[in-house]
Amino acid sequence: MIAEKTNTAQLIIDKITSSANKINFINDNVISKALIFIEKNGFPTHKNEDYKYCNIDSILKKEFKTIEQKFGEVNNLKEYKLPDALTLVVVNGKYSQSLSDKIILKGIHINSLSNLDDNGKTKITKIANVESDALIAFNTLFANEGFHLKITKNETLQFPIQIIYVNNSTSECIVNPRNIIELEENSEATIIEHYINIGNSKCFTNFVSEKYLANNSKLDCYTIQDENTNGYGVYTNQIEVSKNANYTNTTITLSGQLVRNNHNVVLANSNCEANLNGLFKINGNQIVDNHTLVDHQFPYCQSNELYKGIIDGKSTGVFNGKIFVRKDAQKTNAYQSSKNILLSDDATINTKPQLEIYADDVKCSHGTSTGKIEDDAMFYLHARGIGKESAKKLLLNAFAGEVIEKIQVESLKELIQTKLNLL
Amino acid sequence: MISIKNLHASIEGKEILRGINLEIKAGEVHAIMGPNGSGKSTLSSVLAGRQDYEVTDGEVIFNGKNLLEMEAEDRAREGLFLAFQYPVEIPGVSNINFLKTALNEIRNYHGKEDIAAKDFLALVKEKQKLVELDGKLANRSVNEGFSGGEKKRNEIFQMAMLEPKLAILDETDSGLDIDALKIVANGVNTLKNKDNAYIVITHYQRLLDYIVPDFVHILYKGKIVKSGGKELALELEEKGYDEIKKQFELSE
Ligand SMILES: Nc1ncnc2c1ncn2[C@@H]1O[C@H](COP(=O)(O)OP(=O)(O)O)[C@@H](O)[C@H]1O
Ligand SMILES: [Mg+2]
Repeated sequence: MIAEKTNTAQLIIDKITSSANKINFINDNVISKALIFIEKNGFPTHKNEDYKYCNIDSILKKEFKTIEQKFGEVNNLKEYKLPDALTLVVVNGKYSQSLSDKIILKGIHINSLSNLDDNGKTKITKIANVESDALIAFNTLFANEGFHLKITKNETLQFPIQIIYVNNSTSECIVNPRNIIELEENSEATIIEHYINIGNSKCFTNFVSEKYLANNSKLDCYTIQDENTNGYGVYTNQIEVSKNANYTNTTITLSGQLVRNNHNVVLANSNCEANLNGLFKINGNQIVDNHTLVDHQFPYCQSNELYKGIIDGKSTGVFNGKIFVRKDAQKTNAYQSSKNILLSDDATINTKPQLEIYADDVKCSHGTSTGKIEDDAMFYLHARGIGKESAKKLLLNAFAGEVIEKIQVESLKELIQTKLNLL
Repeated sequence: MISIKNLHASIEGKEILRGINLEIKAGEVHAIMGPNGSGKSTLSSVLAGRQDYEVTDGEVIFNGKNLLEMEAEDRAREGLFLAFQYPVEIPGVSNINFLKTALNEIRNYHGKEDIAAKDFLALVKEKQKLVELDGKLANRSVNEGFSGGEKKRNEIFQMAMLEPKLAILDETDSGLDIDALKIVANGVNTLKNKDNAYIVITHYQRLLDYIVPDFVHILYKGKIVKSGGKELALELEEKGYDEIKKQFELSE
């Protein structure tokens, strides 16, 4: 029994609890469920099929031996702010009102999770079940640093909202940013979640977001991961899409030592749509592990998925895409595609499409491809005087272009192109 | 311009070029003819610097420089151009961006600055007209979804843009109808001058009615087995390759 009590997860919880506030707004029952789940399961290891290539337990054990939760201040984020966006800032896992832009726009409500009214509180852990994943359970124990963002009924935001999650760790740290994003009926928004770190020590981000799209709403959201080699993280997005609503996410992973994305979308009523796009470019011994789930529960819904990876050095990429089509989800259209380019012999990609279809009148397809840069194309470019570096850039830019062109925010698109250094 | 001496090349251990000798001066047009599989495309690829082939013997001097020691891109920058028999499709790379990159890398190699956007566009317009290439193709991905004829005209368009010293046209005529053939030939004849040279590889005499060669060479089993003036092409057209093959087998 004593051995069980000392699993990595519990040790870490003990270490970071003293520096956090006590939770008083989540049902005690839920909190104890979370604790029991962690006690029983610990953090996932490679024995857990879903974490086969991303052993969270061993990474935390190895890389986060001396967690001290010492953080530096963050004062200026000018260089990260997109010019045409409204910026919200989360510093070291906590929402920072002082660094965020003043919200004077009609249609946007922002609140801390602990200040939510009773109705609002019901949304916490509703779709991020503490018994589904130890990292969700772990995050929930520290949820009181999170925020709730609501776009009110019938509002169409004219500016994108950029949420910058910045970590400035001066010792080994773990942060648990949490949010709920809610689009009320018939509202539309563009939200960019942008992760960076400026600290000189390792920081593990265990992010959880619950996103609710009410009937007829539309959310175009972006996950931009640009942490340096001190950055480790699991980023969990739980999405619920209601009738006639439209959810689009484009996840761009530019850097970070370990990036694990859990992107779980439930199409929870008829006629809704989900588009999941992803692009990652990795090198060194980075790991980027993308797990997606699209759960078709109702008829007449559509999902499209396109994930692309450029994998260099000794890095590892993973794409695992689950699609469920439930018995009642007739007339479903679900497409998934994963394409990868390996730039070195030591680079690896693991792709696994998982389609489970229980309805009969559906159109589903999936495809994966992995290749190198084609010799024929390379020679053609050289034969026109284009040198090796530029030729490679042209071809990789063409490869990445299919995802980049889906970015609807011009300033973000430019930023990504510059960061990818493919122009 | 170029001097090829005793060039031997093989692929996967199989010798394809077995001692090519060829001397080309500025202002000249040389035609190379020969049956399928005789090594015409291999010769083009080896000259352009394709890595798959291994040069086992011989030497190529291009404008005073040892061509075989140069990377493919440097050969192009030195003024060698290959119009591919099978132009490569490159999805996602626009024709125009591709050409601009090529032109600028060649300019930079010669110590010149990037071309101004305005001048580039003017140049594109002018050269497109020369090969009657639809302006819309410029914005499409390189060769993607182009018809066979469009691909070949695109090769000549690129040649016109890059203004090489030596251009090798590898069966640019195959798959072209007579109108397209005339357009291509007209392009070449317009670009031809006393300072550049052409190697026109073809299967048929037809193209040589429009691009008149100074010399005709017959390549067979990796060797130039016969050379002559433009009348050799006519002779070949009449008698077919069988005569050549027979003579060659005897001499082997
Ligand atoms: N990549 C290759 N691998 C093996 N053999 C090749 C390859 N390319 C060409 N060859 C062989 O070399 C010979 C010459 O081919 P090629 O140069 O294409 O002839 P041509 O252009 O005159 O029709 C042929 O026998 C062909 O089969
Ligand atoms: Mg050929």
